[in-house]
Amino acid sequence: MMIRLVISALLMMLAGNVFAASGGDENLDSVHVNLRDTESLQKGAATFTNYCLSCHGIKYMRYNRMADDLGINEEVLRSNFLQPSQKPGDQMTVNMSEDDAKRWFGVVPPDLSLIARARSPDWIYTFLRSFRVEEKSVTGWNNDLYPDVGMPHVLYSIQQDTTREEYDKTVRDLTNFLVYVAEPAKLVRYNIGIWVLIFMGIFIICAYFLKKEYWKDVH
Amino acid sequence: MSRLLRGFDDRYPVISVWEEHLSKYYAPKNFNFWYFFGSLALVVLVLQVVTGIFLTMHYKPDTELAFDSVEHIMRDVSWGWLMRYLHSTGASLFFVVIYMHMFRALLYGSYREPRELLWIIGMVIYLTLMAEAFFGYLLPWGNMSFWGAQVIISLFGAIPFIGEGLSQWIRGDFVVSDATLNRFFAFHVILVPLMLIGLVFVHLVALHKTGSNNPDGIDIKKQKNEAGNPKDGIPFHPYYTVKDLFVVGVFMFIFFGITFIVPEFWGWFLERANFEPANALQTPPDIIPLWYLTPYYSILRAVTYPLFGVDAKLWGVISMGLAIFLLFLLPWLDRSPVKSIRYRGWMFKSALTVFTVSFVLLGYLGTKNPQAIDLFLFTNVRWAQICYFLYFAFFLLMPIYTRLDPVKPVPDRVTMK
Repeated sequence: MMIRLVISALLMMLAGNVFAASGGDENLDSVHVNLRDTESLQKGAATFTNYCLSCHGIKYMRYNRMADDLGINEEVLRSNFLQPSQKPGDQMTVNMSEDDAKRWFGVVPPDLSLIARARSPDWIYTFLRSFRVEEKSVTGWNNDLYPDVGMPHVLYSIQQDTTREEYDKTVRDLTNFLVYVAEPAKLVRYNIGIWVLIFMGIFIICAYFLKKEYWKDVH
Repeated sequence: MSRLLRGFDDRYPVISVWEEHLSKYYAPKNFNFWYFFGSLALVVLVLQVVTGIFLTMHYKPDTELAFDSVEHIMRDVSWGWLMRYLHSTGASLFFVVIYMHMFRALLYGSYREPRELLWIIGMVIYLTLMAEAFFGYLLPWGNMSFWGAQVIISLFGAIPFIGEGLSQWIRGDFVVSDATLNRFFAFHVILVPLMLIGLVFVHLVALHKTGSNNPDGIDIKKQKNEAGNPKDGIPFHPYYTVKDLFVVGVFMFIFFGITFIVPEFWGWFLERANFEPANALQTPPDIIPLWYLTPYYSILRAVTYPLFGVDAKLWGVISMGLAIFLLFLLPWLDRSPVKSIRYRGWMFKSALTVFTVSFVLLGYLGTKNPQAIDLFLFTNVRWAQICYFLYFAFFLLMPIYTRLDPVKPVPDRVTMK
């Protein structure tokens, strides 16, 4: 009877988790994130540096850490990612002053280091694909997911020059990159975790037989 | 070696302490699943202290630096992310273990005479642990940290006359600020852990005075063999140390699984809103505490009517306090002639089932918007009100139904089920 009670309690907790996972994420398009896809991460990093980094910093990220993690060599890093005045160990911050930002956009564009964890990958993916022209607004754009957002459609030039699938792919790479930026440890923790669990599995088997041996005379 | 040990033992009682508490401490031989959680709680406590020490080396208790320093730990400090995830996972699993440990006491009447004091010490540990979790939750200085602390501290403001002054005294300021963060850091890393360790020691001393209860709720000391040892007892060491070793292995498998694979546990262990720095100008979409406090949060929010000229908020705070205080009284509310659920009748079994379901539901509802409908038929707050009454009915009617309950005869010796 007790075991059944426990099981039903656990099932309820699991049901709760499903609710929590979907809570607030309705109406979002789902994106396939894959941190093993280094090429996608590199493309996302390039898109971010060229289109986003002029307004949005990712201050918790350093250029050289990104280069190490994503397999970008120093030459490419210097030529494609760094300004002449920047060093590889610098944080990926914005040059624009906060006062300028306020004057131009009405708000300071938020730092995006943790956006993939504060919102969700699906949210980023949907947001960047939800811009539409609106003549009346200040920027000439509006967003269906985030109405009256201060940000214009920065990726418009890409969207214009590519097919729908290609644009979705670009946004997906960018989302993938932001998931990495939000937690660089994610690149290693699954791999380490599997070995830790294998070790614990062996430990459990040994401990089980040890226990069985000792308990022979009790049963 | 033995000469060295004897020489040492003449100056410090190593051998007698080892024997009294481990190798000659007789525990009932019929412990089941529910009896693992005491040892597991001890394991988690040690883990929290050790990971906490490493976090303290890199964390900065300063509103300007706190959030950044946590991200510094997550990115720049070698294995910092592991220490942080072990600590955050440990916090939640500590409560899982403690709730299971307490539920065991409800199942088998472990709080009954002669273990009333043991139960009360345990309840004090539970309260202290809640304080520890609450103080620690502010430290990352995320937006939920900030607003969670703001809401909980403002509850003290509902107390008549002294409320406002009291909440200011706790914060050290008119709002949650640097002063609050600094004192919460002091409480979290030294004051409360020190109390916890002291209380756990006292809890163990009390346990070893009375001896452990067991799933049959029988006093094993009544049946002794010629050597004067309980017939149904076995020495804790090596039997239970080796059994616990296995259990700790299984537990750590789950623990590491969460730590490495799903440290956020779908928003139940680490919430999305806390990945944004504290912002006094913008609240998160819903302000909710972490899951282990939500049953009481639900009780607080379930009170929506003023009564006897006292406003609803104060009744909520009183209800919340009473919900915890009633647990302290369990040893005297329970009037059944038997301890274990195995020999109780249908009344207690039904009451405990209803209580357990309502407690879990209260916890679930506490994470939801009160006005929304997440279950069926009624709004969340209405469901919480139903569970509120069931929760209190379990305690307040206990002296009646435990006395009326048709019980079964209790055997002389323990059973191995």
